[in-house]
Amino acid sequence: MPIKALVKANIYKDSVALMRTAQLVVARTGVRRATLLMGTSGNKNLLVQAGLLDPAIKNAQPNDIMIVIEDDSDDAAEAAISQVHALIEGEEPRRAGSATADAPPRSIAAGVALAPNANLAQISVPGPYAGAEALKALHQGLNVFLFSDNVPLEQERVIKDLARRKDLLVMGPDCGTAIIRGVPLGFANVVRRGAVGLVGASGTGLQEVSCRIHQLGGGISHAIGTGSRDISEAIGGSTMSQALQLLATDPDTKIIAIVSKPPAASVQRSIGREAQSIGKPVVVCFLGAPGGGAAGTSSIHLASTLYDTAAKAVALERGNAVVTSAAAPPTEAITDERFPGHEQRFVRGLFSGGTFCYEAQIIWRQHGIKTFSNAPLDAGCRLSEGGASREHCAIDLGSDEFTIGRPHPMIDPSLRIERLLQEARDPSVAVILLDVVLGYGSHEDPAGILAPAIGEAKSVAARDGRHLPIVCFVCGTEEDPQVLSSQESALRREGVLLAPSSTAAAELAMGIVHQAATAAPRTARSPASSKSSG
Amino acid sequence: MGQQRYGASVLQLDWQPPGNGDPGLAWDLARATHDRSADDKSLGSAIDRANAEAVARVLRAEPTWVDVALAAREIWPAMGRTLLHAGPPISWAEMCGPMRGAVIGAILYENWAATAAEAKELASSGGIRFAPCHEWGAVGPMCGIISPSMPLVVVADRAHDTRAFAPFMEAGGARTLRFGAFGDDVSSGLKWIERVLAPTLKTAVTAMDGGLALKPIIAQALHMSDDVHNRNTAATLMLLRYVAESLLRPGMQKDAVADTLGTLRSDDMFFLSFSMAACKATMDAAHGVPFSSMVTAMARNGVNVGIRVSGLANEWFSGPADVPVGLYLPGFSEEQANPDIGDSAITETSGLGAFAMAAAPAMVQFVGGTPQDALRYSREMARITITRNPGFTLPALDFVGSPVGIDIRKVIDESMRPVINTAIAHKEPGMGIIGAGLVQAPMQCFTKALQALVAKHAAFE
Repeated sequence: MPIKALVKANIYKDSVALMRTAQLVVARTGVRRATLLMGTSGNKNLLVQAGLLDPAIKNAQPNDIMIVIEDDSDDAAEAAISQVHALIEGEEPRRAGSATADAPPRSIAAGVALAPNANLAQISVPGPYAGAEALKALHQGLNVFLFSDNVPLEQERVIKDLARRKDLLVMGPDCGTAIIRGVPLGFANVVRRGAVGLVGASGTGLQEVSCRIHQLGGGISHAIGTGSRDISEAIGGSTMSQALQLLATDPDTKIIAIVSKPPAASVQRSIGREAQSIGKPVVVCFLGAPGGGAAGTSSIHLASTLYDTAAKAVALERGNAVVTSAAAPPTEAITDERFPGHEQRFVRGLFSGGTFCYEAQIIWRQHGIKTFSNAPLDAGCRLSEGGASREHCAIDLGSDEFTIGRPHPMIDPSLRIERLLQEARDPSVAVILLDVVLGYGSHEDPAGILAPAIGEAKSVAARDGRHLPIVCFVCGTEEDPQVLSSQESALRREGVLLAPSSTAAAELAMGIVHQAATAAPRTARSPASSKSSG
Repeated sequence: MGQQRYGASVLQLDWQPPGNGDPGLAWDLARATHDRSADDKSLGSAIDRANAEAVARVLRAEPTWVDVALAAREIWPAMGRTLLHAGPPISWAEMCGPMRGAVIGAILYENWAATAAEAKELASSGGIRFAPCHEWGAVGPMCGIISPSMPLVVVADRAHDTRAFAPFMEAGGARTLRFGAFGDDVSSGLKWIERVLAPTLKTAVTAMDGGLALKPIIAQALHMSDDVHNRNTAATLMLLRYVAESLLRPGMQKDAVADTLGTLRSDDMFFLSFSMAACKATMDAAHGVPFSSMVTAMARNGVNVGIRVSGLANEWFSGPADVPVGLYLPGFSEEQANPDIGDSAITETSGLGAFAMAAAPAMVQFVGGTPQDALRYSREMARITITRNPGFTLPALDFVGSPVGIDIRKVIDESMRPVINTAIAHKEPGMGIIGAGLVQAPMQCFTKALQALVAKHAAFE
């Protein structure tokens, strides 16, 4: 029988260990026979007698292991030899049976060792460390969902350059939302799977568009967040471009929709070029960019609002004709809203989602309304330090100034409730607009927390002799853990005017502002007189 | 976050800021991190390749006891009035109590001064040149003082032609130089080594053809519950087995043989000199691989712990030494303990000692642990090492190899400092051993070394 013989030099194993290794090799590979002996002269004599002292091993030293494999098949012998090497190197010990628990894995490297098939790292450590963790994840071959913000710009650039070279995706930093193959990351809703691939630089924008697509009967292949800074000049839309390429080649994706604030001019041009060359229909929504920010072509469909984006994507998914500008969806009729003569003129939007705050300002601008904000469209409309409301306002309560040292309003609504009651006391307020965001990551019952505060706000105004309409929309689905319908009923019970989308809600609030403005007669009556009773 | 419901499997990491919490360090670490695709442009890949070479040298090493130098000056003829000491470089002014005691003891032993006061005067006036053992290819236990007249164990790595030296373990319990004792009794103990033990063992080793291979002895000792750092009972017994035959050859002086065998019988730690020298020869062979982040020396001088890294030439990276946690002899406590001291952590550096603790469950008794804790130490140290040594297997962990090759990157990334088995010295000179236990090397050594490594290769992306 043919034999293969070799020496593994300078490793001492006792005979028991070697016999056990030989036994295991035979058991595992089915090889005819495996003989392992230290290279002592006594052992060599044994091999001579067995006719196994191959020239390859006759110079073995006492500290060398002599390995002899007997089998007719070369392949079997080779398999046995590699098994011998593996067993001599040693296998990881079984983990069971330890009374004292080992420390849990701390590093990405240790995690990958335990989960070698992992393909994505979700990182939400403090910003100063987050870039380093993302870099480590990329070196481990993982895509990255980088929830953390405050990552230095230079680090973002390095990370994204490496990601591009390694053909890996970095969603973020400051990426709130993604859905990859139906798996929600960060703040994300449970939506139907389908043929629309989303890319967005904005978390709540992605959430809203994905929910509306779901609501309209469409579905999502993937929703890829890029992080807010990706579309800046410095980063150049690196992730957005990679995401577009991924969706372009993804067989599940038939339609692509892009949603973001207007990118830097150069980025907008390059994204526009890429979108045109993809070969799949692309709906582009650069919120508030003049003319939609791109040239509409046969494959590029410009959308002006979040709802518009969803409606066009679903129309394309179904193969329907795309209407030039989808109207805002029908809202509940504004019936019987009475404004008994106060100076109720202004809208106050109190948002937990930054994109909702942004979209509302754009819609209101189209109505000729100048909106003050802590995140204004024009620098001239910035609210003063401290953020006290004036005239028409849209407040992003998720921005840094409100979230330093406290959770985001999607998780902890207490700050927004305070602000709601404050606005309710202001006699110049005609309507208050609130977003309610469901899905993974959000508060487990946001409407349940908000409803009593809404009731309280309405009665504060009522005690003052005012009727105060409150408009809400719920960004969520029936399949979300919080359940859309039960969230909506909780709000409806408090007399909230429910709009079916962020876009519709902004329009509805505007309708109320107009209604209030035309309400007659308008008499100047001091609110102080009615307050004195309270 | 509910991701499991949608078909994803999720592993939550117990993340904490790496190293000392400096974001700049975290970024350096990420730049130097292992790259799974062996990406040529990544610094981490260059380091990985260098570490593979460095640790391969460790695995290939064949430390062999080849000789006894009857005096250190045989090896270093220009030694003059030099005293080698344990740990990273240190001046007389900075030295801890026991090390000063040992310096005085060595000066008296060498007759460079007649009294302790004169010896102190000589040491403090710059009359003595001090140097770390490690920089001279040597290692010394505890205070680690090597003076020109001291005999040394000579171990050669047959695979790489490195040689390493260690002084013999003195008999005499607490009253030994290595614990900082000085005086006539200490000097005469050292003289006995010079006069009797060293020549006898030199004859014995010379009689062994090609010397005595130490790796097989260490491998077997691990299977007999030694860690070959703080427990050397089995290895000493095996050494006795090998030398006994040589010592009984004709022409040997009967009294000297009896004394030598008596020392081997009575001192369970006798083999430590051989173990340390074997590890030093091994790690020196692995030193000097450009880019490598593998630790090649980890040593304590009673004030600081210093490490050397294969790819960072002869630079030391130090941090303040901790006081070991452990069991104290009756009448002593942590109050009297000197911070961690000695070159014997070379054993941990080469994957023995606390890294092989699974082999020596008895050791965890020093820290009130269970045998399960011993297994845990060996498992956990595998998280900060490059590979496992198939030559040194751990029966209690299904014969897996002992973790070997400390990677400074992993120490920082895992926020896990190397564990060291150690004896505890009294902080006053000459009071000797007061306990034994465990200690960890300070994180600072590793963070400084990493920053130096990254700075050295700043050209990488």
